[in-house]
Amino acid sequence: MTTKLFGERVQRREDPRLITGQGRYLDDLGQDALAAAFVRSPHAHARIRDIDVSAAVDVEGLVAVYTWEDLPERVRDPLPLLIPHPALTHGRTAYPLARDIVRHVGEPVVMVVARDRYLAEDAASLITVDYELLKPVVGVEEAAQGVHLVHEDVPGNVGAHMIQEVPSAAGLGAREAIDAAPHTLAFRLDIERSASMPLEGRGVYARWDADDRSLRVYSSTQTSTSVRMAVAAKLGLPLPSVEVIAPDVGGGFGVKIVHPWPEEVLVPWAAMLLGREVKWTEDRREHFVSSAHERGQVQHVRVGFDDEGRVLGLDVTILHDHGAYTPYGIIVPIITSTQLLGPYRIGAYRVEFSSIYTNTVQVTPYRGAGRPQATFCMERTMDKIAAHLGKDRAAVREANFIHPDEFPYDQGLIFQDGRPLIYDSGDYPESLRVLKGLIGWDGFAEQKERAAAEGRRIGIGLGCYVEGTGVGPYEGGHVQVTSDGRVHVSTGLTSQGQGHETVFAQIAATELGVPLDRVSVVTGDTRRFGYAVGTFASRAAVMSGNAIALACRKVREKALGIAADALEADPRDLTIEDGEVRVAGNPGASIPLATVAVLSNPLRYAFDEEAKRATQFSGAASMDRPPVAEGEEPGLEGRDYYSPVRSTFASGMHAAIVETDPETAEIRILRYAVVHDCGRLINPMIVEGQIHGGVAQGVGGALYERMAYDEHGQLLNASFMDFLMPYATEVPLIETAHLETPSPLNPLGIKGAGEAGVIPVSAVIASAIEDAEGIAVDRMPISPSELHDLRSRAGS
Amino acid sequence: MKPSPFDYHAPRELGEALEVLAGTAPHGKVLAGGQSLIPMLNMRLAAPSHLVDINRVAELDALSVETGGVRVGALARHAAVERSPAVAAVQPLLPAALRLVAHPVIRNRGTVVGSLVHADPSAELPAVLAVLGGTVRLARHGAPERDVPAEAFFTGPLESAIEPDELAVSAFFPAPPPRTGTAFQEVARRHGDYAMAGAAAVVTLDEDLRIASARVACVSAGPVPVVLDLSEVCARRPAASADWEAVAAAVRDGVDPDDDIHATARYRRHLTGVLAERALRVAAAEAERVADGRAAVRMSEGVDDGVNHGANGAGEDSE
Amino acid sequence: MSETTGERRYAISLTVNGTVREATVPARRLLSDCLRHELGLTGTHVGCEHGVCGCCTVLLDGEPVRSCLTFAVTVDGREITTVEGLAGPGGELSPVQRAFTECHALQCGFCTPGFLCTVTALLRDNPAPTEDEVLEGISGNLCRCTGYQNIVKAVHRAAELTAEAEGGAA
Repeated sequence: MTTKLFGERVQRREDPRLITGQGRYLDDLGQDALAAAFVRSPHAHARIRDIDVSAAVDVEGLVAVYTWEDLPERVRDPLPLLIPHPALTHGRTAYPLARDIVRHVGEPVVMVVARDRYLAEDAASLITVDYELLKPVVGVEEAAQGVHLVHEDVPGNVGAHMIQEVPSAAGLGAREAIDAAPHTLAFRLDIERSASMPLEGRGVYARWDADDRSLRVYSSTQTSTSVRMAVAAKLGLPLPSVEVIAPDVGGGFGVKIVHPWPEEVLVPWAAMLLGREVKWTEDRREHFVSSAHERGQVQHVRVGFDDEGRVLGLDVTILHDHGAYTPYGIIVPIITSTQLLGPYRIGAYRVEFSSIYTNTVQVTPYRGAGRPQATFCMERTMDKIAAHLGKDRAAVREANFIHPDEFPYDQGLIFQDGRPLIYDSGDYPESLRVLKGLIGWDGFAEQKERAAAEGRRIGIGLGCYVEGTGVGPYEGGHVQVTSDGRVHVSTGLTSQGQGHETVFAQIAATELGVPLDRVSVVTGDTRRFGYAVGTFASRAAVMSGNAIALACRKVREKALGIAADALEADPRDLTIEDGEVRVAGNPGASIPLATVAVLSNPLRYAFDEEAKRATQFSGAASMDRPPVAEGEEPGLEGRDYYSPVRSTFASGMHAAIVETDPETAEIRILRYAVVHDCGRLINPMIVEGQIHGGVAQGVGGALYERMAYDEHGQLLNASFMDFLMPYATEVPLIETAHLETPSPLNPLGIKGAGEAGVIPVSAVIASAIEDAEGIAVDRMPISPSELHDLRSRAGS
Repeated sequence: MKPSPFDYHAPRELGEALEVLAGTAPHGKVLAGGQSLIPMLNMRLAAPSHLVDINRVAELDALSVETGGVRVGALARHAAVERSPAVAAVQPLLPAALRLVAHPVIRNRGTVVGSLVHADPSAELPAVLAVLGGTVRLARHGAPERDVPAEAFFTGPLESAIEPDELAVSAFFPAPPPRTGTAFQEVARRHGDYAMAGAAAVVTLDEDLRIASARVACVSAGPVPVVLDLSEVCARRPAASADWEAVAAAVRDGVDPDDDIHATARYRRHLTGVLAERALRVAAAEAERVADGRAAVRMSEGVDDGVNHGANGAGEDSE
Repeated sequence: MSETTGERRYAISLTVNGTVREATVPARRLLSDCLRHELGLTGTHVGCEHGVCGCCTVLLDGEPVRSCLTFAVTVDGREITTVEGLAGPGGELSPVQRAFTECHALQCGFCTPGFLCTVTALLRDNPAPTEDEVLEGISGNLCRCTGYQNIVKAVHRAAELTAEAEGGAA
């Protein structure tokens, strides 16, 4: 690698367009398209008796009204169950428009297409749906009793039930190990729902070209390649006739990985049927009630441990609230149950979860995807062990850590990708050492005493996690050097603000030895790259980053071969620097990469001056072999894929100091420190940005955000007034330190970073509040009102 | 989230505005700053068939210090009132409370009178008007203007005494008597949110610097701002020796908050006591400072021409 | 676009980024939609349509306001600056725009136009804000990506860049 760009704080290449208003988000496209709006269920559970659209027909500008009855074969079928799993015995997905039964407030019932969104909403408001109300099932514990059912054919509302058990080295099961342990504790933990809540909602815009029978779909999605396959299948179109593009996407955080959404099927279908461009832009209220939520779980924990605090047995039973449908399978509870063990070597482990249907918005991954709940469980357990033994909380963690010489470390579980959960690398004791230094762990007791003397309550907390990142199956990269010397990189996965255009360009520029400004990167456009999985699970840098690096290496090898011929040098003596192939030790001998690109494509026709060099009379070619040698291809380009044997495991530890007001019970985060290890850093500035954003979302989940459903299944806070996402005034300064333990699993030695920041925050804040207050905090988020309530019950 | 259609009226004179209102009542709605109304229109929680935009009625864009207080015209934006030195000199409680109203960008458009008419019991300004004993001036086509005192103006959550054909043309916030201090304390979930609890306090001392009068108006504590006179509990003692615990207890007894998704009634009651006590202590300290003569407010001057800040205050849309 | 509707339409004239623009809109057309769809200025984003997120913030006669809480017809004749108008006449980025990219104060970029407009006005009124003044100044804008830390840093940096530019010019 000749150009030092990998690892540098390179400024983002996305920014110039985004800070000047030149970004292209979904609703910025298709200004002349018809607008879609939906009539959505106002009830959590009801049978549709009748739909009367007659009053809407007179609305000026109305183009079409569709109910389920109007949908053709395939389009009218239930949406796909994306991730089937043997334990998901009762997977259920929604129809694109409700058929007979609605199962949550916000479920789409009627689609309206009109000249603009104002008129579409006018028409939608005039459509009357006659509902027979059914008993709503709300609250995961109530639902688990199975008295009333969300789906008539799902007994007990149980969609999935799964147990994993890892015996101790001595062969004891977790329950036996706990019973035999010197100390045992049992407790219950609760985490409430939150949601990804990107500031741009979802949206779909479709253009049907009747002349060549092709469809172009733009979607604010985290996976354009998979939307394409789903749309082609639903609409019965040949795959090559459908292209799907993710334009600039205003945040995803998980919710946009789900697909196809009802609107992703219906909008293209309507565009084909009407022969007109159609667009749907989700509004905020729709996003609250018709996209997806996450996090809601109840956990029952039993733990047995020795005098040092070492966990001998851990038994966790989880009730997971899955909402009304399971399109994304049971990925979230699988991740909770398998990532729960964190950086620890646990004696014996048993985990059992039930995934329960309720009449609420469906649950699919939100940044962290089950890990915040897992970490909350494990870290609360560590704190309780420390409290029980009167030991330092950090010391108890240290006693349980996996040590650096134990990698690869097999936790004995099957992970979300169906593969063994084997940690690749890490240095947990070092992380803890750095974190303790950063937050001032060892001196805190005195600080706390001084504060107490002033009548102030402060507390410190910490939390550790391990995150499986970069799950397969694969991603690919295509790299082409054109005859102007420019490098065009494409990969199929999508971007929602992670800075992929920058970091992938850094990788390509480094691998190819070209200046950064000659590299351009396209993501999420099936016209450029058709094979991909998507952007989720902190996988983009690991998967596409490595694929692009491998593709660049192919291009590099080819370029060196061509240049060696042209320079009459040994390829092993060549380097590429600043876009030129140079002969080492011979400053005069060089050839620009642009010229190599020209020579790579033998031409008959000269379309410009430069191209003349590659034509058949230029004298450049050897007469002894064909212009394109066997096994070669014309052009200076390469395509490669990265498909890992298993996930790579990033890790981190956070600590916080909080202050609680003795009178008002207000909770303020005074300091927040992060030690983070995602292997080699491609761009530290971007990694830190990801951590900041993740921690802010974690603060939201710890202190502010919840989805408040009433017993009727009505979401009481479906607005930004009452769903309390933190502003700048609520997020503390985040102090960050990096460790770089390279992953041995991939060529670049990197691990994922996208979700890390959010994972331990609820655990850390609970730990710190508990320390300040001396009251157990077992339920998150926690508000001042709830802290006051805890105090009252504790009599303090 | 797009509003339903409505007929739009943009009168340029007050008389014309009142005529339009009379002609469209009860189907008309007045548009001033729109920061509470337009969200409701966008969500179609309200769908008036007529919208009467008063933003072009220049005479309503007034902010003046009058004898005994501050008169705020219907188009005076929060930001203009908050930044007016003349207002701060006469009635410091007003800017103190305004700094807690939503966020700066909302305050650029939202109006003080609009906030009063919206009559949200969780909002700051109704409490300020209530604790100060201010009035709202209502005008109606073909009838004399009427001044409605705060205690009669706020009739319930989001309900006020204004009739559908009436326009609130101004509000009057009385200046404090001598040896008086004021304060506003609140706790919101996030900075800028409606408060879970809060209190506007006014404390007046006698010549011996003992508490002669102590009043609070509590927000989010009932259907309307809950005004409590705590003078008796303060028992004419100096602030330093007042029984503040008893004051807080009296406040808790005097309010009747509700549960909602952000806080329980129990917590709100507790918190209201804490915040009322804090506000009263700060107000009492302020009163001592004022009585000390270090910040004498002279009210007899300052009336007049200059004090119409509306036109150049915060760039509001008077035209 | 809807001349056939019974809804009355109003011819309005706005000075947007220094250019007089005409549009014909129904009274209920939000300024955000008018800018984006009638005038094609899609840099102003719509994140909540109830005035909380701040993505749609534009400058109305220089003051930041929510364009989703403003009917276009009510600002007939007024001056509006959107994110497209923040750069100089030659396209040179404003100090606020430069600071945002320098400090990595944006990720997905959806909230960014609202922040840029808000901060531009904030620094005009208060060229050297304290940390608390910065927090208060941007407290009405939501960002779901950055955690705000780099936005706060960018506001201070923009203040520095402005001071440097003015110092250099003096």
